Amino acid sequence: MKKKLLTAALGAAALGISAVGASAATLDDVKAKGFIQCGVSQGLPGFSNPDDQGNWTGLDVDLCRAVAAAVLGDADGVKFTPLSAKERFTALQSGEIDILSRNTTWTAGRDTALGLNFAGVNYYDGQGFMVRSSLGVKSALELSGASVCTNTGTTTELNVADYFRSNKLEYEIVAFEKADEVVAAYDAGRCDVFTTDQSGLYAQRLKLTNPDEHVVLPEIISKEPLGPVVRQGDDQWFNIVKWTNFCMINAEELGVSSGNVGEMMGSDNPAVKRLLGTEGAFGEALGLGNDWCANAVKAVGNYAEAFDRNVGPDTPLAIARGVNALWSDGGIQYAPPVR
Amino acid sequence: MAQYDPNAIAFVREEMVPDMPAPASEHGVTGWLRKNLFSSIPNAILTIVGLYLAYITLETLLGFAVFEAVWTGEDREACVDAHGACWAYVGAYLDEFIYGRYTFDERWRVNVVYLIGAIGIAWLVYEHSPRRPLVGAAMLTAYPVLSLILLTGGNFVYSATFIWTCIALAAVALIIAFIVPTLTKSEPLPVIKSVAAVLGAIAVVLFVCSVNFGLPEVETDRWGGLLVTLVIAVTGIVFSLPFGILLALGRQSNMPIIRLICIIFIEFWRGVPLITILFMADVMLPLFMPKGVTVDSLVRPMVGVAFFASAYMAEVIRGGLQALPKGQYEGAQALGLNYWKMMRLIILPQALKLVIPGIVNTFIGLFKDTTLVSIVGLFDLLGQVQLSFSDPKWSTHQQGNTGYLFAALVFAVFCFGMSRYSIYMERKLDTGHR
Repeated sequence: MKKKLLTAALGAAALGISAVGASAATLDDVKAKGFIQCGVSQGLPGFSNPDDQGNWTGLDVDLCRAVAAAVLGDADGVKFTPLSAKERFTALQSGEIDILSRNTTWTAGRDTALGLNFAGVNYYDGQGFMVRSSLGVKSALELSGASVCTNTGTTTELNVADYFRSNKLEYEIVAFEKADEVVAAYDAGRCDVFTTDQSGLYAQRLKLTNPDEHVVLPEIISKEPLGPVVRQGDDQWFNIVKWTNFCMINAEELGVSSGNVGEMMGSDNPAVKRLLGTEGAFGEALGLGNDWCANAVKAVGNYAEAFDRNVGPDTPLAIARGVNALWSDGGIQYAPPVR
Repeated sequence: MAQYDPNAIAFVREEMVPDMPAPASEHGVTGWLRKNLFSSIPNAILTIVGLYLAYITLETLLGFAVFEAVWTGEDREACVDAHGACWAYVGAYLDEFIYGRYTFDERWRVNVVYLIGAIGIAWLVYEHSPRRPLVGAAMLTAYPVLSLILLTGGNFVYSATFIWTCIALAAVALIIAFIVPTLTKSEPLPVIKSVAAVLGAIAVVLFVCSVNFGLPEVETDRWGGLLVTLVIAVTGIVFSLPFGILLALGRQSNMPIIRLICIIFIEFWRGVPLITILFMADVMLPLFMPKGVTVDSLVRPMVGVAFFASAYMAEVIRGGLQALPKGQYEGAQALGLNYWKMMRLIILPQALKLVIPGIVNTFIGLFKDTTLVSIVGLFDLLGQVQLSFSDPKWSTHQQGNTGYLFAALVFAVFCFGMSRYSIYMERKLDTGHR
């Protein structure tokens, strides 16, 4: 082992790794190195996946880019580290990444025991159901007697059991180890219903033989709020990430988009002025320039733009806004005001 | 007993009977078929069953891969209604599969590395090419350094601590190698001389790598696809053979400490699954490192894979060493050869020749094991293929099968190449014993 460590250290030096580690002031570190280390998934359609040009795209990716634009004025000042579900928290704890934006569900255990802070929610997900449209089913409550395809040993399986029992529905679980197997089994007609997180249903639907012949039912049977995560103990950085997320949501609410942010700078609306930094010093309070939010929106767009670009109705995923609509439009996306 | 009477013989044949044509069962296509495929009823049944199996397999495979495949298209719409492979998707992603996310304008550097590597290997494999030893030496020394600089961009910046550690180590080496012998008026030991030479070589490499050649840096997190597969596999292969030889010799050594170290090393690395090693290197190592020191995420698994392969290689080579009769060792010693000369001139050439299949087996295993690095967030060829499945632009029901088929083909080509070369080497070096 000693030999290995020695060689590893040598290799590290040989590849010219600079000595930047975790310290309390993430903002200073980020400014000094000139980029943000963002932990993403190893490929989740619409949330963080590289496109055929090799660029990372997705809703989670856009959040990191927005933070980079707010902090550094350059949305490309991000390095993405693809992480497996197992690695993600260690990578954040060890300081290898500055933000974990990897479709991570906000739970009490993670928020407290792991020494992490969830800086908001950028997508409200939840477990849903997909069925063949030929069945004519309109609601999950009509699924009595159905066989349900799902993954083994996940909360997904338990949620299904809870839901069907509490609604007094007959059901039969057909469980598989891997997501690919579940999709293949459902596609082959071995079960009537396919259940997983709703965003995943839309992504997996594309892999079916005839995607148009399947519908996602409206019911959501579990709460999976997904959001960016930072280390505990650095409140300034926590605030920056939290408010960059709020900035995008507020921008949508106030009608500020990447296209009109220039003219909105001259708006008379005091809420817009505060958001874009032409009035007040809210950026300075975060340790950034007052145009932090303007930069973020200019580079990445508001929440609606990011949503539509990555997962919205015009993308192959075709996810409706649903609960992710603004509170004013009947959803639950709600950002505190900038004032 | 009857008397033999020549006049009693009625007929004496005076010329040879002309050769009859071989029976139909012995020549021509039918003959070959009868002899090889339908020689008996069980064989005939096996042949028919085999042909049927081959037919249904090939029909499915070729149908999917060729006849019903989609060759061109802009996005998933092209493939979504088809039943065969979506090669248009592989076409769109081919660059990703070869280079990963390597900076687009700098990909020529990867091509140069590939090209020099291919030329160098071809040069060494072809028997009649001139100056093979020189080219071989260059491929083992200059080529890795050149590749390192080209791929990363060179211009390394070392921390002050690292530089001072190096200088201190070099000073110690110099003192042991030259000053102590001068003081004690003795010849420096040859081992110490070679250690000093190795240190000197490392210093030169470190210096060359710190020169600014004006190449923009490409961080290893942008590397991917075949590039990562080849970098890890080739490092592992090049490192594991010499290191494995040393370990095997060490394990057979008469010096107890060296033997113990080698045994512990080999048994440790052989006793731990590669996945565990990769996880340890990736997840645990950063937590052990002093604050502020991070090891590149590509180097971590590279070191792990190289040590892992060395341990296996050592055992393969030990098998060869043990297969040699003791007389070979004694004969070499009787000639007055010292240990290293005996090994270099007599023992290793024979031992290595014996275990070529085992060595190449380890190489092929290592090459395929590189796919495991995808569990630690690196994207080798297979990982890159799997990563591309997450792009909604191309996701269709046949995307998975197409991607895996492509990856399988690439791996098969490389492994088949290695396997053929091993057979060629065996035949070429087969000098008796048979």
